[in-house]
Amino acid sequence: MRSTKQGYSTPQLLVCALLASVTATTPAHATVTRHGDSTVTLQSTATSGRRTANDASRAYMASIQNGEPRATASYAATRVKKIPAFARKYGLRCSACHTVWPELNSFGQQFRDNGYQLRNERDSPIAQNNAYFPMTIRVTPQFHVERGTRQLVDATPGDAESGQVERTLTSHGFDLSGIDIWTAGTLWKNVSFVVLLSGDNLGSFGFEAMHVRFDNLGDSPWLNLKVGKFELDNLVSEKRFLFLSGNGGSYQSYHFVAPGSSVDFGIGDNQIGAELSGHSLNSYTRYSAAVLTSSDGDPGSGNFSSYDANLNLSQAFDGGKLGVERIGAFAYLGERPNTYQTSGGEQIPGSGSNRKMFYRAGLAGDFFLHRLEFLPLYMHANDNAYLASGADNGAPLPIGARDASWNGGFLETHYYINQQLVLLQRVEAVRMQNQGFTDLPHNLGNVDAYTFGTRWYPFMFSRAGLALHGEYSLAKTVSPGQLETEGSTINIWTSSLLFAFDFDF
Amino acid sequence: MSRVARHITSIAALSVVALLTAAAGRAQTVHGLPREGRGADIKANTHVGRVAIGKEEYKRYCAGCHGDRGDGIGENTQWIDPKPRDFTQAVFKCRSTPSGTLPTDQDVINTIRRGIVNSNMPQWRPLPDQMEADLLAYIKTFSPRWTSEKPGTPFVIPPETPVTTESILAGRAMFQKFECWKCHGADGRGDGPSASSLTDSKDQPIHPYDFTTGTRFKCGTTNADLYRIFMTGLDGTPMASFADNIKGDQGWDLVHYLRTLQPLRTPETILWKTWLATHAAELKPIGPPADGR
Repeated sequence: MRSTKQGYSTPQLLVCALLASVTATTPAHATVTRHGDSTVTLQSTATSGRRTANDASRAYMASIQNGEPRATASYAATRVKKIPAFARKYGLRCSACHTVWPELNSFGQQFRDNGYQLRNERDSPIAQNNAYFPMTIRVTPQFHVERGTRQLVDATPGDAESGQVERTLTSHGFDLSGIDIWTAGTLWKNVSFVVLLSGDNLGSFGFEAMHVRFDNLGDSPWLNLKVGKFELDNLVSEKRFLFLSGNGGSYQSYHFVAPGSSVDFGIGDNQIGAELSGHSLNSYTRYSAAVLTSSDGDPGSGNFSSYDANLNLSQAFDGGKLGVERIGAFAYLGERPNTYQTSGGEQIPGSGSNRKMFYRAGLAGDFFLHRLEFLPLYMHANDNAYLASGADNGAPLPIGARDASWNGGFLETHYYINQQLVLLQRVEAVRMQNQGFTDLPHNLGNVDAYTFGTRWYPFMFSRAGLALHGEYSLAKTVSPGQLETEGSTINIWTSSLLFAFDFDF
Repeated sequence: MSRVARHITSIAALSVVALLTAAAGRAQTVHGLPREGRGADIKANTHVGRVAIGKEEYKRYCAGCHGDRGDGIGENTQWIDPKPRDFTQAVFKCRSTPSGTLPTDQDVINTIRRGIVNSNMPQWRPLPDQMEADLLAYIKTFSPRWTSEKPGTPFVIPPETPVTTESILAGRAMFQKFECWKCHGADGRGDGPSASSLTDSKDQPIHPYDFTTGTRFKCGTTNADLYRIFMTGLDGTPMASFADNIKGDQGWDLVHYLRTLQPLRTPETILWKTWLATHAAELKPIGPPADGR
């Protein structure tokens, strides 16, 4: 059989891809161990439990930061949200609500803000044909290539005692995405709902979203209340973006975890709580304020005794011939317990106290120059020293521990050749400002990423959608040098190449 | 950190309170109508349309219902009731111009913005003004009428007269006299004796407006919009123009009466309910004359 330059045969690489996929299905968290000599070791710990999209994202970031073999599972499973069920209900083409699906345009944003209503007195289920059921399925059969440099492997395969060396690992093959089974719509006029059952490519399912929304309270678009699990009201949505690959299928800034930090939060993760939101009639002016359980969207995680808050404001402008221009600001304030009651030494879920805070805040925009769309985002983040250092349960702050802070951002660009063909690119960077420990390398965890691709929609109507998707993503992560001098860092490059058939019915 | 965070939290909370306060103020409705009912946000569009760009946007937003050729036969037309407008005929319901004439550009743009209640035509409010103009420019290419005719002269709506019991009663008499009840029903429920047999100009079934739902009207929301509908009629539907029959303040009388049929807290409704409490027995029923003629 033909071998690659690395000396792996095709079957071996496929097995590798499978193993890596399995790795991705196991939630991992980066932890920091403080040794007596003040050195710090980064490691990841696998935990049991069903994989969720959030877990996958965290595992992704943790694996990068720890120099683990890269996951190859596509993140398409966590993507939503083009809903031909709505197109079928209202008879509108996908393009009415989406620049190209799944990204919303200004009209789609208004429709969503109205609680999936057009406000034409045809929104309630009673106005629909009995045969109509608001349901859609999205899956993405694909071929992909995943590559990671400087991966630690045994010097002699199969011999754990042979020492470890760094190698570039490449895997490729046909694969499946996960599946989104999504139903959403109105229960009555001004009462809407969402249930999104999302499964990974191994068939493990979880509720990516589930909420009920009371719209236009007091007949005002300025008052809407949503309760359940939902996407944060991010101006640049990761749930409806146009990237799918394992490497480029999530925003680095949305899931970045500072080296050693115990904060499990990602601003791209769906959260559980209640959100009050409002908008002008054309949705040019929007706000949302949410109170969220400090569980990063994971039901039953045990962090039910504290709350986070999220605030989003945005304003759009009529840009004349250029299009609709929008700018916004966001702030997420969270807290996590630092002390738990224990039983037999084990933490008792929900008994957390001595809470410490973290925040994420920034600016984002969505700007059009006719066919060219720019999506910039800047975010500053901070984790309290107790959280940043992963301080033990109730223990005093370790020597050298301090708040961790970093800045992240990206600039995403879409060029719409026409309504059925779009070119994509995205450049991202995350820069540590302060490490959680003073003696950690200042650049540890820094990420640079670049992704480009294209999506072609061979047909465009109001019943279903198909996109032929091509994407390449390259990322550089500054990681601990496992084989070099203690405290040194190395650059790990990871890449994904993806060709996929992304369809939605 | 905690102190800073608390400050940020406080500022955020105050911001939300301020927003909600503002929202509550803005949520107050004129005449009890939904926010769409204000009409004040319908501003003039003076942009010059671009046909080529409009063609792209038409395909994006309109073609699914109105069809690629503008003939009202899109892929969804078979599922839609009422059927989408056929732009090749250049016949428009919502106009400020006399029956049979072309609408003004602003008339069409207002329809794009407001949508049409009880139909699949949504409110395209987020579209930029330039895009509205582009769409209009392209829509005009579907019919030669736009090159051979000019839009009619818009009706000038006289200032609204005061809402009085006399005005409402006069309007009620007109509702009877002009046989509005035949289609709209005696109580304005859209269930008059002719309602079930009405068709539009393309022989498609069409339903009269039901005032008791309290929704906005097909062509607007304000009292002035309702007045305009009497004057212009809704071309392509059985709703005729009453411009030759209703003059000046008479139109406002009819408007004031029709408002009493809506389940809204309008000045007309409040006044009418008060009057009815002591005078209901004095009213003759709306409907066919007692002698059967």
